[in-house]
Amino acid sequence: MAPEPVLLKVEDLRVDFAMPEGMAHAVNGVSFAMHERETLGLVGESGCGKSVTSLAILRLIQPPGRIVSGKVLYRGRDLLPLRDAEIRKVRGKEIALIFQEPVAALNPVFTVGFQIAEAIRVHHKVSKKEALAEAVRLLKLVQIPDAERRVGEYPHQMSGGMCQRVMIAMALSCKPSLIMADEPTTALDVTIQAEILDLLKRLKQEFRLSLLLISHNLGVIAGSADRVAVMYAGRIVEEAGVKELFAAPKHPYTIGLLRSVPRLGEKDRSGRRRLYAIPGTVPDPRSTERACPFAPRCPDVMPVCRQEDPQLLPLEGGRKVACFLHHPARTGPQAATS
Amino acid sequence: MSAPAPAPLLEVRGLKKHFPIRRGVFSRVSGYVRAVDGVDLTLHPGETLGLVGESGSGKTTTGRCILRLLEPTSGSVLFDGVDLLSLSGAQMRRMRRQIQVIFQDPYSSLNPRMRVGTIVGEPLAIHRIAKGSEREHRVADLLVKVGLDPIVMRRYPHEFSGGQRQRIGIARALALKPKLIICDEPVSALDVSVQAQVVNLLMDLQEEFALTYLFIAHDLSVIEHISDRVAVMYLGKIVEVAEAERLYRDPQHPYTRALLSAVPVPDPEAVSNRIALKGDLPSPANPPSGCAFHPRCPVAVEVCPRLEPRLLDSGGGHLASCHLVHPEAVPPM
Repeated sequence: MAPEPVLLKVEDLRVDFAMPEGMAHAVNGVSFAMHERETLGLVGESGCGKSVTSLAILRLIQPPGRIVSGKVLYRGRDLLPLRDAEIRKVRGKEIALIFQEPVAALNPVFTVGFQIAEAIRVHHKVSKKEALAEAVRLLKLVQIPDAERRVGEYPHQMSGGMCQRVMIAMALSCKPSLIMADEPTTALDVTIQAEILDLLKRLKQEFRLSLLLISHNLGVIAGSADRVAVMYAGRIVEEAGVKELFAAPKHPYTIGLLRSVPRLGEKDRSGRRRLYAIPGTVPDPRSTERACPFAPRCPDVMPVCRQEDPQLLPLEGGRKVACFLHHPARTGPQAATS
Repeated sequence: MSAPAPAPLLEVRGLKKHFPIRRGVFSRVSGYVRAVDGVDLTLHPGETLGLVGESGSGKTTTGRCILRLLEPTSGSVLFDGVDLLSLSGAQMRRMRRQIQVIFQDPYSSLNPRMRVGTIVGEPLAIHRIAKGSEREHRVADLLVKVGLDPIVMRRYPHEFSGGQRQRIGIARALALKPKLIICDEPVSALDVSVQAQVVNLLMDLQEEFALTYLFIAHDLSVIEHISDRVAVMYLGKIVEVAEAERLYRDPQHPYTRALLSAVPVPDPEAVSNRIALKGDLPSPANPPSGCAFHPRCPVAVEVCPRLEPRLLDSGGGHLASCHLVHPEAVPPM
């Protein structure tokens, strides 16, 4: 299978937040590529920079945040230097966003139909009536029963799962090529979560979309992504095909993360087993140290890890890892001894 | 661990909490939200009972009613043989030395204006158990027990991460040496790697202090991991109870089956056997007739909307409320 052409390429993206206590490097040199019709899972724990990365792609970072450097190439065109009027044409029409809290993301004082129609009319010259008819069609597409009636309902009249379907309908309204879904099911119950993930998968097939699926839930990522990028402390530490990543994680952080998830049906009859826990906590995002950010928590830490920052470099099989265990440091004082 | 002890520590019988819905200028009561609608639970000393259910199932309300942070509408809560619902306010406050709680959100459950030492020492002050340097010693001990350096006593909650704050909350719950701790979603606000640390800590402390836990959570994997027995709630009622290992291996209620089948597995090669449920959770203000689960149940039969099933034992303490599991309990037409 020949790889699809590259749709989105992020190069050395850096986002800083000016905090009273100093500059927080929320995204600290992130690079990845997404192919057409691919689902890339972006996984990591809170504060690792996964949401900020997605917002930066659409230039939605608000002060005190600032995109410091990098490139966001969408179909080969860099979005970062675009004028505001031009980036607005990309938002929604080329790249759409779905947020975690569907109820909060919708405006409570307008009907859902009005909100979808509004999204359509931003990018297309159609009458209000036509837009509303399109909204009904979209609600049917996302399997909202009784769409003709529910198009006139307000967000508070709908459940969280229904609101997320409305958000998805809105994201689809301008026929984007890429949807970025930021924790789309985290606020939902597991039975509803499974339905929404199925829906996203089906729509992705039907409309030949690419999906950037951001989640902290390894189960969600395993079930939906084609490829996975693991983020830690503002950078990508590992990237691989979903099967390869879960079968043989390479970065010690990925290994620890996979081991610390309690799995269903794993309890043995003899009773309890301690869960594996990664010791310590995430590093301060204000740190400017040149070192592997995972070094203080890493079970396999070496002297070089505390002196140099490992780069995300390719391994065999099209995967990448940022770890000196796999890519011995070539320079620096430790190179000769370790 | 799971061998049933002779006398239960906590026995909840027929617990109900109905919240009135008020309408109009005169706030006339126009109906009730049946948040908890007849819950029976038994906890033996030293065991962990997991209470699992989706949002709106009434699991948090159940926990709060046991503590009388909410006044139940009816039912009984026997703790060590004493009916908590018959106690006066002062008696109940004394009783709370033995029943403590750990809350879900470590950001809102710690007073931001208090130092950690004051937060953890407050139960000792309120119950006049220790003061001055003795209190300080006890607080330092508690902090060590939960894996924090006693030096943090002088610091404020905002200086800590979510996992560390939850440790502070646990230290506060331990301060009075309680017998029972109600853990209300204690790890759901935490990241996986930190969640594992807190789950391990709770299991270690249980062993050390012979604690009994009512562990309320929506995460089925965490519940399985920590619990000896598990109770599944749906729309204010318990639909299934069993030993953890048995419930996960052989779930009997169609709701439990659907719930377990929907959990995303961290294995891309796993085959999905998901059982789809129809529609959304009905409103607890207007629950369906008969079995409350029947409108969404994939295997509902004619009797389900007519007759409410009872929670019956299928042997070995595995209880389920479903006509299909217990056809013998359905009266002939």
